[in-house]
Order: sequence, then C-alpha cells, then structure tokens
Amino acid sequence: MSDNKGKTVHEVVEELSQPGTLVDRVLSRFKKVPEELKDAIRRRLIKDVIELGLKEEEEVSSRFKELRKLADRILKVTKPAEEVLPEGIFLELVNELFETASKIEITDDEMIMIRDDAIRTYLRALVDPGEPVGTVAAQSIAEPGTQMTLRTFHYAGVRELNVTLGLPRLIELVDARKVPETPMMEVHLDEEHRYEREKALEVARRIEMTKLETVASAVDIDLFNNQLIITLDPGMLQDKGLTRDEIIKILSKSKTLSGKVKPDPNDPNVIVIDMPKTYDIIKAQKFRDRIFRMKLKGLKGINKVIAQRRRDPDTGKYYYVLITDGTNLSAVLKVEGVDPTKTRSNSVHEIEEVLGIEAAREALIREIKNTLDEQGLDVDIRHIMLLADMMTHTGTLRQIGRHGIAGEKPSVLARAAFEITVKNLFDAGAAGEVDRVEGVAENVIIGQIAPVGTALVELKMDPTKIKKPVSK
Amino acid sequence: MTDEKVIGGIKFGILSPEMIRSMSVTAIVTSEVYDENGLPVEGGVMDPRLGVIEPGQRCATCGNTLARCPGHFGHLELARPVVHIGFVKHIYDLLRATCRKCGRLKLPQEEIDRYLDLYKRLKDRWPQLAQSLSDYVKRKAIKATKCPHCGEPQYKIRLEKPTSFIEEGPLGRLWPNKIREWLERIPDDDLRLLGYDPEVARPEWMIITVLPIPPIAVRPSILLETGIRSEDDLTHKLVDIIRTNEKLRESINSGAPEVIVEDLWELLQYHVTTYIDNEVPGVPPAKRRSGMPLRTLAQRLKGKGGRFRGNLSGKRVDFSARTVISPDPNISINEVGVPRDIAMTLTVPVRVTPWNIDEVRKYILNGPGKYPGANYVIDPNGRRIDLRFIKDLKAIAEGLKPGYVVERHLIDGDIVLFNRQPSLHRMSIMAHVVKVLPGKTFRLHLAVCPPYNADFDGDEMNLHVPQNVEARAEAKTLLLVQEHILSPRYGGPIIGGIQDFISGAYLLSSKATLLTKDQVSDLLASISYEGEIPEPAILSPKRSWLGKQIFSLLLPENFNFMKEANISSGELKCSDEECFWDSYLVVKRGKLLLGVLDKAAIGAQKPESMLHYLIREYGNTFGKEFMDKAFKMFLRFIEMRGFTMSINDIVIPREAYEEIWQVYEKAKEEVRKLIEDYQNNRLEAMPGRTLEETLEIKILDVLSRARDEAGEIAVRYLNPFNNVFIMARTGARGSTLNITQMAAMLGQQSVRGQRISRGYRDRTLPHFKKGDIGPEARGFVASSFVKGLTPIEMFFHAAGGREGLVDTAVRTSQSGYMQRRLINSLLDLIVTYDGAVRSTYGELIQFRYGEDGVDPKNTSFGEAVKASRIVDKHVGWKK
Repeated sequence: MSDNKGKTVHEVVEELSQPGTLVDRVLSRFKKVPEELKDAIRRRLIKDVIELGLKEEEEVSSRFKELRKLADRILKVTKPAEEVLPEGIFLELVNELFETASKIEITDDEMIMIRDDAIRTYLRALVDPGEPVGTVAAQSIAEPGTQMTLRTFHYAGVRELNVTLGLPRLIELVDARKVPETPMMEVHLDEEHRYEREKALEVARRIEMTKLETVASAVDIDLFNNQLIITLDPGMLQDKGLTRDEIIKILSKSKTLSGKVKPDPNDPNVIVIDMPKTYDIIKAQKFRDRIFRMKLKGLKGINKVIAQRRRDPDTGKYYYVLITDGTNLSAVLKVEGVDPTKTRSNSVHEIEEVLGIEAAREALIREIKNTLDEQGLDVDIRHIMLLADMMTHTGTLRQIGRHGIAGEKPSVLARAAFEITVKNLFDAGAAGEVDRVEGVAENVIIGQIAPVGTALVELKMDPTKIKKPVSK
Repeated sequence: MTDEKVIGGIKFGILSPEMIRSMSVTAIVTSEVYDENGLPVEGGVMDPRLGVIEPGQRCATCGNTLARCPGHFGHLELARPVVHIGFVKHIYDLLRATCRKCGRLKLPQEEIDRYLDLYKRLKDRWPQLAQSLSDYVKRKAIKATKCPHCGEPQYKIRLEKPTSFIEEGPLGRLWPNKIREWLERIPDDDLRLLGYDPEVARPEWMIITVLPIPPIAVRPSILLETGIRSEDDLTHKLVDIIRTNEKLRESINSGAPEVIVEDLWELLQYHVTTYIDNEVPGVPPAKRRSGMPLRTLAQRLKGKGGRFRGNLSGKRVDFSARTVISPDPNISINEVGVPRDIAMTLTVPVRVTPWNIDEVRKYILNGPGKYPGANYVIDPNGRRIDLRFIKDLKAIAEGLKPGYVVERHLIDGDIVLFNRQPSLHRMSIMAHVVKVLPGKTFRLHLAVCPPYNADFDGDEMNLHVPQNVEARAEAKTLLLVQEHILSPRYGGPIIGGIQDFISGAYLLSSKATLLTKDQVSDLLASISYEGEIPEPAILSPKRSWLGKQIFSLLLPENFNFMKEANISSGELKCSDEECFWDSYLVVKRGKLLLGVLDKAAIGAQKPESMLHYLIREYGNTFGKEFMDKAFKMFLRFIEMRGFTMSINDIVIPREAYEEIWQVYEKAKEEVRKLIEDYQNNRLEAMPGRTLEETLEIKILDVLSRARDEAGEIAVRYLNPFNNVFIMARTGARGSTLNITQMAAMLGQQSVRGQRISRGYRDRTLPHFKKGDIGPEARGFVASSFVKGLTPIEMFFHAAGGREGLVDTAVRTSQSGYMQRRLINSLLDLIVTYDGAVRSTYGELIQFRYGEDGVDPKNTSFGEAVKASRIVDKHVGWKK
C-alpha cells in the first residue's frame, strides 16, 4: 500500500479504485458476489481499507467475507420485495440497507419491517384510477405562473446573450411557437475539440455566420469609376479566420460578381468591386447593402457564437461548449467537430423537424422544466410529461389553445365554450355534427356529471332485474 | 328507482323553413307591438301566444304559468329571402364547388364515387382526416372551369363582404333567391362528400326565407320605475326586421322600381344580419338610441359573460355565503369560523327519522329567528313551509313525522366548502368543518393561508353548503383540509408552519429555553394534554424542563428523523450530530434530542421536512392533529415569552453609519473611475457587449457589492440573537436583505433590470447635471429605512416600486389566460383502471401515468419510495 499522506480523500479513493489494487485482487479471488450489491461491497471495502487502515490481503478478504455474508442476508430478507417493487427502487433499497447495515447492526426483524414498509409505501404511492391527472397537471404548471417574473431577459449562464425566461418563455413553449423569441443552441463538441479554447473557437468559426458587413470597417461608393471600395478590418478578419483572398474568392462565386471583385494593389486590406455602368447613387446604395449582407462563411441563422467554459461535475475536467444566438440544428449537426448526440436547440419545432416527435417531446419537457427551475418553482416532472405527451401524442406538435388541442376536440360544446363560440356552432349545424357529451366541459354545460373521479364508478347491477331479495 | 334520463348526444343542424313553420304557434304579421291600451297586439312580436313573462299569467298556448311555460316560437315569412350571415362562408364554398347549371360537384363521377367511399370509411373513425379530405375535394372542385357532368362553362364567383355574391359571368349579382335555387340543385351525395349532412342541413336552408321568432321568455321586457316599458335588444331588432319586411312586401306588391326593391332588400339583409350577429366585420353595428351597440344573438353566446362561459360552464348558486376573513389560531386547521348571522341563513336539509325527530323538533321550536333553529319544513308532498310566517311553531313541531325534511341552521360539525378566488389549484376549494362563532367574519387557521394564498388585508372568501348526503360524503372523504396537506404539484406539504409558528417553534425548542412546572402545565393545558409530565431535564437548583422535552410529547414514539435546520448556514453550519450550534435536528424514538425547530422542520412548502415525513408516515389525520396541537403550543409559548420587533432591533450606532458611509464613498469613487476609463476609451468591452453595456454591468457590480458590504457592517453591529434576526434565520419572515435595507442601505433601484435612466433629457431629474451617470443620478439609494430617504431617493424608490405593481397587474392576466388554455386542453385526461392515461373520448395519452404510475402527491419530492428515509425511520435511532 502506498503512502497516502498529502493526498485528498478523493485521490486515495481514485487510486484504490484502479484495477489491480488490493481490493480488486481480493474481489477477483471470489466468484460469488451478488450482482445487486457488487458496487456497494466494493465501495464499502475501499472505504474500510482507508478508514480501518487494512493493509494485509488477509484482513481485506476476511472483511470481504463479512460483507458478503451481510449482503446475502439482506438479499434473502428482501426477496419478496423484488417482485413488487420496480427494479430501481428495489436496488436503492438493498443498497441503502447494505450501506447502513455495514455501519450499524440491523436485525432480521428490522430488515423485514423496512422491507414491508417500502412495499407499503410504494403501493400507497400509486395513482388512483379516475384521478383527473390532466386538470392537476394543468393547475400545477399554471399556478406557479402567477409567481413568475414577467420580463426577464436574463443571462442564462452566459453574460453575452439575453434569453427569454419566466412566464413569456413558458407561454411560448405551450403555444408551440414556430420560432422562439430568442432562438439559441447549445453546441457540444467532440473529444478532439472540447478541451481547448482554440479548438473550440475553430469550430465556432465554422458555425458562426459571417457577413461581409462584419469584417468591413468602411465602404465607399466611387461613382466616378463605378466602383465599390470596401476596407476590411484586419482584427475582425483574424477573429473570424478569413483572409482578403478568401473573401474575394467567396464573393466571386456569386454570378453577378464573378470577375468583378479585385484586390486593391495599393492597400492589402481593400477590395474593389466593379459596378455596372448604369448605376446611379440609389442603385449603388442598394447594391452596397446587398453585398454587405452576403454570407462569407458559417451557417445561416447563427448570428453569434460564444465559447463557454464548463466543469464536468463527475470528472472535474473543464471543457468548452458553444452557445449560439440563432438556430440551425440540421446544419450544425453536420459540422465537423460537433458532437451531434449532445447538441441541442431551444426551438422545439426545429427539433421536431430534424430529430422527430419523440425528441420534440423530450425537448419540451426539458425546456419547461428548466424554465420553472430557473425561477425556483418546484413542479413534479410527471405533470410536465403529461403536458408534453398531450402536445405530441398525435405525431405532430400541437399547441395548447384554439389552434391545437382545445380546437381539435371532438365535442362541439367544448369547443364553443372555449373560444370561437359562434363559428363553431354554425359550422356544427352545417355539418350536422353530433356531440356525444363524453368530455368534462360538455357534461358541465348540459348539467350532467362528467365521467371523472368518483363518477367513473357505475353500478353494473340492474336493480330492476332483481325479483326478490336474496335470502339464506 | 327513478328513471333518470341521460343525454347521450346532441345533434346539430339547420332549421328548414318547414320546420320553422311547424314549430311556430303563430305567424308574426305586424310591426305593432302594443295597442293603445298597452296590451300586446296579436300577431306582433309580443303576441301572448309566444309565452308568459309575468308571474300569475297563464300562457295562451300551453296554459301553464311562468314557472312551467317553456315559451313558444313564432315565425315571420320574409318577403324576399336573405343570406344567413353565419353560413356565408359555406354558401361561398358551395357556389364555387358546384356547377352553375346542374348543381353537381365539379368533379368527374368516378372521382366523386371514389372519394365518397373513402370519406365514408374515414368519417367515424378519423373525423379530422375526413375533414381534410372534404377540404381537398372542395379545393379541387373549385378549380374546375367546366362542369364535367353537363359541360357548362363556369365563371368565377366573388364574395363581396359581408353578404353579396357576384358571378363574373352572365348572372352577375346573385341575389339570395337565385342562390337558393342554385343550392337546391346540389344532390345529397355530393354534399356528403363536402362534409355536409343533407338530412339535417340542406344548403338552401342557409338562405333564410322564414325567420323564427323566439319566445318572449328569451327577450323579456322590463318595466322601469317610471312605468315605461323597456324592450329587450332582440325585440327591437325584430321590430326593425318586421317593419322593413312590411315595406319590402308593399313595394313589391305595388310594383315599385327594381332599385327601390333592391334597396329595401339590402336593408332587410342588414337587419337580419345584425339580428344574428352584431359584430360582423364590414357591417356597422346596430345601435341603441344611447349609442350602445345592441347585444344580439351571437353576442349573447360569446365571450366571458356569454351564455357558454357565463351561464353554462359556471353558474350562480344558492346556499353560499361570502364575507371578509380573519385569522383564528385557536380553531383547528380544518375548521372554519362561521358568523352566527350566516349560520342562521344557510341551511342543511335534514330528513326526519325516528332517531332524530326529537332533535329536529327543537330546531323547529326555535324557528328561524333563534339559533340553532330551522328556516323551512318540507312535507312529504313537497310543500314548503316557511317558518318565518308560522306563528304556531309548536303545531308544526308536533305534526312532524318521519319523511318530512327540515332545513335547519348550520351547526358546529357541519361540512362546508370554502373557497378563495382566484381558484388556481384544487387546494383553492377545500372542505372545512363548521364552527359557529360570534362576529361577522369567516375565521380560518393561519396554516391554511398558503393553499388559499390568503392574507387578512381585506380578503373575502366564499362558503358553500352541500345539500345532499352524496355531496357531503365526497366532501368529507376527498375535500377536507387534511386530505390536501400534501400538494400534488410537488411532493411536499403546502400546509404547515408559517411566521409566528416558526418563531415560536424555534424559541421553544432552543437550548436556552428552560421551563418551570407552571409553564409546562400552561403549555400542556393549551393543547389539552392528558398524560404524564416527563422527568425534568434539570433537577437542581430548580426542577426545569427543556422546550424540546415538551415538544417531544407530540411526536409518535417510534419516530426517527435527522436533518439540517434552516439556521444551519454560515457560522452556524452543522451537518452531523456533533453540533454546538443546535442547528442539526435529531429525533430518536420520538424524542427531540438535538437541534431547533424552524422552517426546515415544520415550515409550509418545504418538502422532505420533519413535518412532511410525519404526515407521510402517520397519515393525514395525524398530520392535522399534530399541527393543531404543535402550533397552538408554539403560540402559547411565544405569548408567554413575548415577541416583538422594535426599532432598536435595526438601529445601528454612529460608527457603523460612518463605516457604511466610507463604503459608499469608496464605491462612488470606483464608479467615477469606471466612468473616467469609459470616457477615455480605456474600458475594455466584454465579449458580445457594447462598451456602454459593459460600463453599466460593471457599475451595477460595484454598487451591489457596496450594498452587501454595508449590510455586513450593519449585521456586525446588531445583536445576532434579536428578534429580527431570529425571524430571518429561522425562515419565519424576512431575509438578511430586508435587514440590510432597514438598517444599512437600500441599494440600487431598478426599472426593467437597468439603473433608472429615463425622465428628462440626458438626466433623470432636473437636480442633476446633464449626462451625469454617477450612482446618485441613476437611482442608487444610500440611505436605510431607519435613517430615512431623501426626496430624490424616495422618488427613485417609488419608480422601482411602481414597476413591480405594473408587472403584477400584467402578469395576472397573462398567466390567467395561459391557465385557462392549459386546463381546457388537459381537463379530459384521467387515469383509467389499467394505469394508463386516457382522455374521456378514449384517446390513449400515456401507457402508464408519469412512466411509473406514481401520484406526485404521494412522493417525497418526486420519489415514490425514498429508501434512505425508510431505513432511517426504522433504525435511525441506532445511528
């Protein structure tokens, strides 16, 4: 065992976790280690090695035998729970039991008590049939809306970018707007590019849309020679990774400009573009504006890219993520150096188009949850999932409101009660529609009890068919 | 068994002229309404055969009185047909999609057959797809320029909004009678393919030839105090229609020139249009003499106050009360204090049985004027006896037999629904147990303020009395307050300790609290404790008890719990049992051994707290009783000890002010330097920001640091165990920021997240130089509330405050609308017996609710089973 002085606990654990150490040697000697508690035993063993200062292999393996005996005991006692509890909860339970029992003595009776309590708690936590989960979800998401701030243009981690947050963002999400107010992307990079700022910026340059406007410092219209004289900003050129020759090449690709773009022989930073002879001042200005908006490199729609340094909470390593102003998911995914599995856009519609409806559902859940979390509001994820499912279950993104879910209800009365009352009624008349009064809103309107909650229960017995009371 | 009728469906359609005539009791023939005697004219719009509107009258048609006469329709034959404004779009589509000669859909027969077959298969299963198909067919047919059936060339048809159709061909203007003839020719099958149901909605019925005249009950006239009759808007409109119709008929009969007839025809069209909908774009709304637009048919249905949202989806009810609320910590959290006056007005129907007849007799003998009495007696024939007008109550009481129903006053123990608007979540309506109290306000326990979002600055609340056993049973099992302690929004209690309960809990459970026997007795008496008093923790020099000991009497014997307290932060931080500061809560086997009780232990809206687990593990009813007792005890203690906040708690000595002043001066200097740098172009812009923005951000940074520093100075000079700090630290009320603002400095005021910059040109107020962007000129308030604000500071503070108010006002309307849409979209979703989520229409939304079938209400912060807690619960005392 090496000397542990001057090392942090984390480092020691790290070292001991490496394959081939004392603990591993012991572990490899024994075949029968219960699968459920394998990691827990290993963890405990490493801790014991440190805390109890176990040095000899014999000590460790006798400790291991103890631990394995305990693990077997726990698994035997908790066996009945395995059939009832979902796998995740069961594993958590046995691990927690092991963790505690390796520190303090727990009797079999106590373990049985704990096991039964866990089963009871789980069964009690299940939803009751008939529960109006839709209404509860809607209330749970909307009720905190009153507590949200209204106009928060906040920096979300990045000081450079303003992002819509709070109530406006939530409304935008449930509205399933085509384009968000502040479109944004989080571009993750592959292993090669994510650790160094320079490499990250290299990808950033590939993504960021650069217009001629951005790199030009001045422009003059020479009507005498019918020329457009563009002076480039060398600082910006370097920043964007462009040279004058490259720009000339790119500009020359356009049909109207080919052969007309020339470098100025006297100044290395100046480009001269010939204009048609017929141009007067107004036309020349329009021409200039058009040239200025020409894309030199990057992807359409991405106006700004910022590299952000982040720390991986697991490994403690720093890495870079690109935050973009504007979105173009389909194009960014193809860019070299981008990790397409992690990169995402905040435009749910775009995600639906590029990655499909399941991804859109995930994106919706994540965005809504983030919006609420950011305001410090606790809302259970199940409510948000239900909302997202309702918005996406038909296969397309549907808005919450009259152009989406509420407007596509099969009931005339429910639609009329929501928003466009009169038109719905007239159209229903013309089409000879039938309202089968199955929903909640219709039933309230006609004064019947809606089939929800306690009203879901019906009497199957037909009392009229009973001739005489059953006796015996 | 009562044969209860259930509405299984409602079919919509268009009334045919024949139908209108056959359901009419009379033709309306005259525009006269009343004769010179003020009696309604027969054949006028107020014809008595249309129904009664005055009590006591008998209906000329059905012979019933006001209560039972449903009203009867009349009809008016129009001299010339007019277009129904609601169907203009449909008429337009049909005219364009069908042949001008043969009326067939302008598609080849085989195509029609094919599409029709497809349509029929889609219709019942995928109505949305059928709709799309119809739209597609329609669009295709409109494009045809030649009829594939008869070969007739087709012309473009133009719709001149709102109601004129023009063919750009030989027919020219299509008057409604022409349109009607055209529509009559369209065969039924073609209509079906276009999504119309010719059985109940032939397109020619979209042209009005006979107008139904609604019953008088729909448009009652009211008698003003002056004795003048005031007619309903609809009646006015009907009179207009009849008058124009008369004129039109006369002109036609007298052979007036076509122009005049057409003018009158257009006028009739206008009146009929506005009669149906008075807000059609392009049509000037018909107005009353006062200039107010008339409220005609469409307006009656539309919008928030309309029939659908105002009268059908929500209704006004009897057996309800509303008054101001006030607090009462002495009642249970599931009780509501009801003023005696209200208890004597609201009633509960009691069916008389041999077992309760004596009790009910007492109520009758007391009568309506003496509490607890009764207001009405209903005999088995359904006759209602109003006890207010009965002199001999004794006779009624004696005549009482099983089978009678007595409407007795509200008494203690009755169950009622209690509500505060806006009803944003289900905890906005909960069932409470009545406690009749003197006074004029509803009394509620303070712990239920968070779910209702109530305070006592004048809030009013509503109370409803369920009138039958089913409603009461449901209220009792599902709606009682204790059933809603745990919020379904997140797994945690929404009802719990607030404000003084938390201060009290902290003070009682503090290590420094030693209680004499008298005090212990007092505390335990306040919760009617019955049982042994524990051995005192300190025996000498005087037998003294710890607050922790007394509180432990309320805990279940096997309860184990460990968690950091709210006060555990900064210097007082503790995360295990070795805690000098008493900031780590340890309960072992029902004994509070270490740690103080504060917001983290008993607070409302704190998931995974001691309170949360007490409720989760010992049940809602235990939770209710625990809170009743514990909170009462905390308050009793805080009363014993005394708890105030005075100016002395926040006043700091002169030296402190000087220190703060230095901090402020330093910050000002820093800002000055920043501005100087900026002016000399020495400031470097942050990436992605302009120079100006960078400057602002840096200045804000400096100033907020200054405020924090000032706060720290003030805190240093204040007694950290004074009542204000106790409140802030335990989470009872207020924060360190509040203390800073009271004692040290308010800090930067902001509007729209920026320093205040608007007002005069280049300056906020005329007191500053133009272009001054220093702290004072941009809304930095260096004074504290204790010291007082200068007029200029006060102005900036008000500006910041105003934004908050505006923000709240705007936000409520926006989030309210969002909530309405969300609810409307999700309200049909329920969990079915197989654990899946379906809409009541049968659509499957989720295979398993929330992917794990767990009710968020029954989770601890999202987790169905928290294994570590369950282990702790049983063996935590060994740790």
